[in-house]
Amino acid sequence: MSMMSNVVDWIDRRYPMTQVWNEHLAQYYAPKNFNFWYYMGSLAMLVLVMQIVTGVWLAMSYKPDAELAFGSVEYIMRDVEWGWLIRYMHSTGASAFFVVIYLHMFRGLMYGSYREPRELLWIIGVLIYVVMMATAFMGYLLPWGQMSYWGAQVIVNLFSAVPVIGPDLGVWIRGDYVISDVTLNRFFALHFLLPFILAALVFVHIVALHKVGSNNPDGIEIKKGPKGNRWSETAPADGIPFHPYYSVKDIVGVAGFLFLFAAVVFFAPEMGGFFIEYPNFEPANPLKTPEHIAPVWYFTPFYAILRAVPSVAGSAFPGVVAMFASILVLFFLPWLDKSPVKSVRYKGTLYKVLLGLFVIDFIMLGYLGVKPTTDLYKFMAQVGTIYYFAFFLAMPWYSKMDKTKPVPERVTQ
Amino acid sequence: MKKLIIALVMAAMPMLGFAAGGKVQLNHADIDLTDQESLQRGARLFVNYCLNCHSAKYQRYNRMARDLGMTEDEVKENLMFATDKIGDTMNIAMPEAQAAKWFGTAPPDLSVITRARGSDWVYTYLTSFYIDEKRPFGVNNTVFPDVGMPHVMWKLQGFQKANFSGDEDHRVFEGFELVEPGEMSAEEFDAAMLDLTAFMTYVGDPIQVERHRIGVWVLIFIAIFFVLAYLLKKEYWKDVH
Repeated sequence: MSMMSNVVDWIDRRYPMTQVWNEHLAQYYAPKNFNFWYYMGSLAMLVLVMQIVTGVWLAMSYKPDAELAFGSVEYIMRDVEWGWLIRYMHSTGASAFFVVIYLHMFRGLMYGSYREPRELLWIIGVLIYVVMMATAFMGYLLPWGQMSYWGAQVIVNLFSAVPVIGPDLGVWIRGDYVISDVTLNRFFALHFLLPFILAALVFVHIVALHKVGSNNPDGIEIKKGPKGNRWSETAPADGIPFHPYYSVKDIVGVAGFLFLFAAVVFFAPEMGGFFIEYPNFEPANPLKTPEHIAPVWYFTPFYAILRAVPSVAGSAFPGVVAMFASILVLFFLPWLDKSPVKSVRYKGTLYKVLLGLFVIDFIMLGYLGVKPTTDLYKFMAQVGTIYYFAFFLAMPWYSKMDKTKPVPERVTQ
Repeated sequence: MKKLIIALVMAAMPMLGFAAGGKVQLNHADIDLTDQESLQRGARLFVNYCLNCHSAKYQRYNRMARDLGMTEDEVKENLMFATDKIGDTMNIAMPEAQAAKWFGTAPPDLSVITRARGSDWVYTYLTSFYIDEKRPFGVNNTVFPDVGMPHVMWKLQGFQKANFSGDEDHRVFEGFELVEPGEMSAEEFDAAMLDLTAFMTYVGDPIQVERHRIGVWVLIFIAIFFVLAYLLKKEYWKDVH
């Protein structure tokens, strides 16, 4: 026995190192027909790690103080060695995280990855998304620019719109009657904490995934198919070991992603005002409301839904309910889809058209959330909101009506 | 169903042509951040004309010296009036409260003004002061109506008046007309304001030029890595049928 295997053996008798490696990588059989959309999961983990690492380093020079925060960000950008790179990676990373996660969620929607037996996997995923939004929202306050301040003001005011307890709830969240130093300080504390909760949830997400096995573009359960492949007699015939096949494949995805990511970081870190909004280069001023307050792009579809719902008796509460409902409805998706097939590949024209429209609708709402409201835009946002909810709430009916195609026995390449 | 599709398509139409509203057209600031001489001229204008009331409190003098290709002594002699420490940032002596009293509002720090407003805005603003007797300093600005700032560079530019058409409430800006020439010709002043805008754009994000330079190498590196990763993947995947 070599020295190396002695060490491994010593550890294995005390900790299931080889066992974990095999069960989750070397002998974890994933369907062999993954396509482009299956890069997003590993990329999301990459971005999470990147955000945590850059975030910890930013925290070493950042000051969560209303007097100092704005200046400390400029200090990082100018005086900290490579601080500009760390900061731009973090600000670009926030948007990249949402790009990757939206694509990841859309993949699930397309191929029915939320269907039995993956309901819990999907629910944990939606939970990750919700925590991610909270993290991003709190992080956006930290540069203490005008958009940071007024964006937070608008969002926290949503909670104040809740009947009866609203005003107290708003004060409880802010720790003050307006967004102030104390709010900044607590948002910083939570922004530091939540990513670690995210990491824990991602761990749970992967445990759930490895219990049920990955779905695939055909929506076929490879575990129910024939057995036996060149690596194992008992493994699914359509499965291949995750490592080395998908680990080397994911590296290609990582390289492709990093190319685009670096292009933004080095050449367009503001991304035309979408990743870093221009008014955020003015320090927060509680006495000066900006002409137009828009949340960052990844929140705007939901912001458009909020603004689309008319106030009732002077209260914006119905809009707030609609906004939260638009996210919560995702939790119920596994039970809304009654189609006999999982993947869009074998669903009928009806579903394909409705899904295509949903994508257009989501992008349209995102666009409308950036723009100031006009009568036309408001009407468009209302149509968009109705369609958004109809897509989910009418799913039990149209998914049954839809003419599906027969699903093959084995995955297609 | 059909109606819904039509409604959505119709709804998406206006997105194609979202033109800007009735604001003043900004002139494009055609600046080159790699032109160190232009930046140096801009720095000189900045310390002479802006840095009395406006600070650039995140910009260090020695960083400027390094980035603009000057020695620290050159900067000390020609561009530093408020301090004698080369490692200091561009601060001003005027207290904020006092300034607010004099101008109605404290002159904002200019470190990242080009990032907040854009270089085009700053350039257009600098060239758009015009005579307006109703204002306390006798001037107004087309891109920043009722601005609190006087026309600091009147000696260089002279005074221009703005011509408007339409009535009081809906006036449309037609153009400027120089009524009292300054030390510089119109072309010279324009070029000077471009230099100043270039310098302020540099101050907004001092790493910019370096960032672009490094970025090219980073992208080349990742591109090569991508090819190698792809070839490795292809080799491994020969097993998979």
